Amino acid sequence: MIRSAVADGVALILAASLLAGTADAQAGNSAAENPAKSVYAELGKVPAKASARRNPLESDPEAVAAGAKLFEQHCAECHGANADGGKKGPSLRAEAVQQAMPGTLFWLLTNGVVRKGMPVWSRLPEPQRWQLVSYIKSLGISQTPPKQ
Amino acid sequence: MKTISHSFSYGLLALSLLLFLTLGLPAQAQESPYFITYDHYLEEPGSLEVEYFSNFATQRGGRNFDAYWIELEYGATAWWTTELYLDGQTTFGDSTIFTGFRLENRFRLLNSEHLINPVLYVEYEQISEADKIMKEVEGHDVEADHAAPNAILRQGHNHELDVKLLLSSTRNGWNFAVNPLATKPLTGGDPWEFGYALGLSRPLALKASATRCSFCRENFVAGIEMYGGLGDRPSFGLWQTSQYLAPVVAWNLPSNWTLRLSPGFGLNNNSHQFLLRWGVSREFSGFGSTVASWFGGRR
Repeated sequence: MIRSAVADGVALILAASLLAGTADAQAGNSAAENPAKSVYAELGKVPAKASARRNPLESDPEAVAAGAKLFEQHCAECHGANADGGKKGPSLRAEAVQQAMPGTLFWLLTNGVVRKGMPVWSRLPEPQRWQLVSYIKSLGISQTPPKQ
Repeated sequence: MKTISHSFSYGLLALSLLLFLTLGLPAQAQESPYFITYDHYLEEPGSLEVEYFSNFATQRGGRNFDAYWIELEYGATAWWTTELYLDGQTTFGDSTIFTGFRLENRFRLLNSEHLINPVLYVEYEQISEADKIMKEVEGHDVEADHAAPNAILRQGHNHELDVKLLLSSTRNGWNFAVNPLATKPLTGGDPWEFGYALGLSRPLALKASATRCSFCRENFVAGIEMYGGLGDRPSFGLWQTSQYLAPVVAWNLPSNWTLRLSPGFGLNNNSHQFLLRWGVSREFSGFGSTVASWFGGRR
């Protein structure tokens, strides 16, 4: 009796996790198809005070290189090795991202967009998040259209 | 000697599984050093973390033991992580046995970062009373519970529901987490039992260096955790409970492995005098989409 209940529980959790993952992936896909309406619109939701924060590492000569290393470790899987869009994440070389204030990107990194699949990254210490912002801003706008 | 080699074989098997899974999948590592306490960070969506942990303990009135578990942790979404645990133990001079499994789910309750971030933890466990991983210390759990031979302990079975509220805050690199827990045995009509875990940790450096390195200070996270029982519904409090204090350290290698180590010390006479926990883990990002592609899904 208990065993069958447990088996049902395992099956339910597996099915639910796959469904939830699929739903998140579909949210990401529709974002790629119409980014202005979804993913990039998150940039406009960042509080003005947070957007106005300056990058304390903008004059640090090592910030971009350190950010590149962190990007490869934590971000490339979703956003692509060149940050121009990947399996689940939108291009970070899109005009909307590249023209965003450093504080805006920092806030989004810190808080994520949890319901759309972007996790919070506050587990990275604050200087490392600023190093990531330095790297992303150094990439410039991609000349090719976003992937996906 | 035979039991030690059994224990070693289990470890080797776990490491082989980890190595096998290493092939062909990218990975990322940035793990907390805690063994018992949870912070509010969940597994990244689509990522699978494969972990092997060991808990060696001294035992008064019985034989020392080494309990171990394999943990498969999957990020279903950015707000939901689900896990499967498989537990076993070797009691030296006695035997090596499988002691049961646990199913765990963690749900992030708020969409963005706050001063205090709550995560709901719900776990079902079906384990024998010979289970000694001590992942949760609750109720009136004491050292003497582990003193009997495995042949006797394994006759008792626990079907329990564990609920925790994981409260965690990260400021200036410091993480502080508080995990109150409540456990309800699903058979036998036993009362609710209570416990807690507290954790404090910080990376040794907050800025990342510009080059890949194994021994950079930012790869090390150190801290301390404290955990123990708080009695049960009829007798809430510290009376007849065990309490532990344990320094913890994690080493996040650029090769995407994480190693953890924690010597633990019992704080009263009901506690094991000494615990030594260690663990090795590897995280595989993109696991979900890789599996989906095997079945013709979109990678």
